[in-house]
Amino acid sequence: MKRKKYFVLASLLSFWALAFLVGCSRVVLFDPKGPIGEAERFVIIAAIVLMAIVVIPVFFMAFWFPRKYRASNTAATYLPKWSYSGKIDFFMWAVPFTIVIVLAILAWTTTHALDPYKPIPAASKPINIEAISLDWKWLFIYPEENIATVNEITFPVEAPLSFRITSDTVMTSFFIPQLGSQMYAMAGMQTRLHLLADKPGTFAGQNQQISGIGFSDMYFQAHAVSPAEFQAWLQKVRQSQEKLDLNRYEQLAKPQAGYHPVTYFSAVKPGLFEDIVRKYDPAWKEHPMPMSRGPLSTRAGTEVAEGN
Amino acid sequence: MFGKLSLAAIPYHNLITISAVIGSVILGLVILGLITYYRKWTYLYQEWLTSLDHKKIGIMYIILALVMLLRGFSDAILMRSQQAVAAGGHLGFLTPEHFNQIFSAHGSIMIIFMAMPFLAGLMNIVVPQQIGARDVAFPFLNSVSLWLTAAGAMLIMVSLGVGDFSKAGWSGYTPLTEKAYSPGVGVDYWIWAFQVAGIGSTLTGINFLVTILKMRAPGLTPMRLPLFVWTAFFTSVLIAWAFPVLTVDLALITLDRYLGMHFFTNDLGGNMMMYANLFWTWGHPEVYIVILPAFGVFSEVAATFSGKRLFGYRSLVYATAAITILSFCVWVHHFFTMGAGPNVNIFFGIATMLIAIPTGVKIFNWLFTMYRGRIRFTPPIYWTLGFIVTFSVGGAAGVLMAVPPADYVLHNSLFLIAHFHTMLIPGTLFGFMAGYYYWFPKAMGFRLQEDWGKRAFWCWVIGFYLAFIPLYILGFMGMPRRLQHYVNPAWHPWLLVAALGTAVIGLGLVFLVIQLVVSIRNRQILSDATGDPWDGRTLEWLTSSPPPAYNFPTIPVVADIDAFMDLKEKGIAYQRPEQYRDIEMPKNAPHGLIIGALTFLCGFALIWHIWWLAILAALGLLGTVIARAWDDDLYETIPAAEVQRLEDERYQRLAATQRNLADQQAIPEPVPEG
Repeated sequence: MKRKKYFVLASLLSFWALAFLVGCSRVVLFDPKGPIGEAERFVIIAAIVLMAIVVIPVFFMAFWFPRKYRASNTAATYLPKWSYSGKIDFFMWAVPFTIVIVLAILAWTTTHALDPYKPIPAASKPINIEAISLDWKWLFIYPEENIATVNEITFPVEAPLSFRITSDTVMTSFFIPQLGSQMYAMAGMQTRLHLLADKPGTFAGQNQQISGIGFSDMYFQAHAVSPAEFQAWLQKVRQSQEKLDLNRYEQLAKPQAGYHPVTYFSAVKPGLFEDIVRKYDPAWKEHPMPMSRGPLSTRAGTEVAEGN
Repeated sequence: MFGKLSLAAIPYHNLITISAVIGSVILGLVILGLITYYRKWTYLYQEWLTSLDHKKIGIMYIILALVMLLRGFSDAILMRSQQAVAAGGHLGFLTPEHFNQIFSAHGSIMIIFMAMPFLAGLMNIVVPQQIGARDVAFPFLNSVSLWLTAAGAMLIMVSLGVGDFSKAGWSGYTPLTEKAYSPGVGVDYWIWAFQVAGIGSTLTGINFLVTILKMRAPGLTPMRLPLFVWTAFFTSVLIAWAFPVLTVDLALITLDRYLGMHFFTNDLGGNMMMYANLFWTWGHPEVYIVILPAFGVFSEVAATFSGKRLFGYRSLVYATAAITILSFCVWVHHFFTMGAGPNVNIFFGIATMLIAIPTGVKIFNWLFTMYRGRIRFTPPIYWTLGFIVTFSVGGAAGVLMAVPPADYVLHNSLFLIAHFHTMLIPGTLFGFMAGYYYWFPKAMGFRLQEDWGKRAFWCWVIGFYLAFIPLYILGFMGMPRRLQHYVNPAWHPWLLVAALGTAVIGLGLVFLVIQLVVSIRNRQILSDATGDPWDGRTLEWLTSSPPPAYNFPTIPVVADIDAFMDLKEKGIAYQRPEQYRDIEMPKNAPHGLIIGALTFLCGFALIWHIWWLAILAALGLLGTVIARAWDDDLYETIPAAEVQRLEDERYQRLAATQRNLADQQAIPEPVPEG
């Protein structure tokens, strides 16, 4: 009877494992399209394997001990006063401790290597994109190209992407799962994120942090294309009739539920991103001049070094 | 006159909500009607509502927890059904306004109004008896704690029918919860429900801290305390340290919302991440507050039903202490993605991983307690084993998320939801279920029916894997938490399976209700005449079931970790003293109940800006406290003759069942070592 129940449990577990493997192509975190995502997949798999060293023996003991020492099995050893063994005690502290040390080393190196603020070294010129979270849509500004889009970004394959992220509403989180790390978008502050796509394709992007009633529709598409296609796309955006001046921006920033269709702007008010970040700063309101250490950074040092 | 409150606050246009409201109101009226019909008001008031008896307060806490478990679970059913249908172009049957309230209420209720009252209830029933005390250190404060928690729960329940609840998640992140983005009363309901219940919890923590430090029986040195008492102690430490942070955090956001201040707003120097920091400074220890007592339950259950001493007692105590300290050093792992530098993130990442060490040690302790034991497969052992296996998976998932780069892609995904449900359902709820079954005869005088308990367990465990493994996978598929609808068709099949799992868990809940009904009907057959139905090892099994108001006619003297087992082995467990003495016990007091009712009124008035009522209720609170302070008639004496009579009765019952006892227990003879 007991054995049957364990069997049910074991088959349930293996069913999940199998179903998971079959559906792997849709499991986007295991199908990354860039070096950051790939490194993060490695971290996940390495950590799971390391922890299996402890978890699998626990499974084994959790099934074997109760079976062997069930009350009806009077042949098994019964030591009601036995309550300590130095050896077992040592191993039950030492084994998890060792694994945590290995994991800590892995975590230390990868956390530094995969710091989202760290630019990705690559041959091609980085693409700068300013991402602004609005209710409930993403506005993207390409400052060098002086264009902007809503709910769509396009960029060349192999080009490092350098995001500056802020919010003109509540806190949200900017995330393209197949490319890797996410980053919070916060009003009055700027965060940074560096990604790279090494394979062409269209990847889903989304807001990962609840931000009100329109949250479910706050998704976008990210297209990694060839350099030629990227130029063609830029041309397409430049042909748009729409221009993003302050009035148009204020209209865009108004909360609106439902998915906002992709929109292109052929021109953008210069410094719009900075204006949005600084508008929440009281000092900026009183003295609209760049402060010596502006509110533009959560990590001032990085910003100064980059000389914004 | 009524502030913001008007008839428009009643959600009569929403069919689902209004049916829930009408259902609750009818159920409430039926219960009140039955009490009136059977003329039980006086009994209820004198024996229960105004009682300062820790056992009765504990039972009331657990009733509250079970009721709120049903409420929180119905929220879970709605969420899973919504996500099961709202795929592709479909928007499902819940609007975003409604859906967001449901997940906010689910989290708030399960943590603050299910887990917290459940653990307070178990601690109340068990801790004084395990340390050989007659009550807690501050019996009146205990009653205040109970009624403050109940007042908070009432506020959440009322939000269902009057106005709405918060739409910003149980963690209430700013600036979404600021006036600018959540102008309605929903967030105010959330604030005051948390604030009131939180103060109740703080008082509970202080109470048990003092109780365990000061009221132990002679000979019960720290290293002889039952493990449940140790975990209750560390939980109390955590409550006393962590809850004031929540109180302050909520007070600051209250100032923002009511007086237009700017602690956490976007503009004028407010900092939203300050809120998140403070919230998780409480919120992470809170996880251990609700888990540690369950660890205590597993320790007691594993030892008792293995008929064996707990393995590595000292290791378990030190592991619990380590978890207590470390739980305050990890809060930033809730927001690795805010853009802090790698050195900040790695500090909190490694601190988080360190917690896995003492937790892993505990798992091994329980396993080696079973090793070379004689395990009786009762429902508590089922829950314990189900916990060990499932919790190991959840713990591994937690350590995985502690590695910052892994968290960068898993944060706020359904993987996170799966992870913390794999910690909190097995880690807390399974533990409380084990404790509920284990101590039920002690509290009520009869055992719970075993078969329905096992059926419930299997539904819970199978339902759990069906409901949450898809969520792990969905997390890897990039699905964020809290989506009201979604466009990715690949997510849909997994959410259907998760909904099925929820239905199976629902069946488990139904079986728990059936178990309770069947047990009450068969209470004569299941009655526990000995007070020691499981061949227990700790002092609570020395008292009768249910124990008299004074618990112990004479305070036992402790000489071993398993104090009661020690007394039984020496053959002196049931030795009667030559004569009994008068026992002084705290007298019932209505003030706790009144404080709870006035706090509810005050909270309700503040939510709706009914200022005159808020002031009146606050003055009433002050008056009640003063009245209690002037009350000198605090104790009543149980005369020695009465104690003698009660104990005579008990020993007659014991003698009558003496013969059956030997058959029932069937304790195998210990095999000598070697």
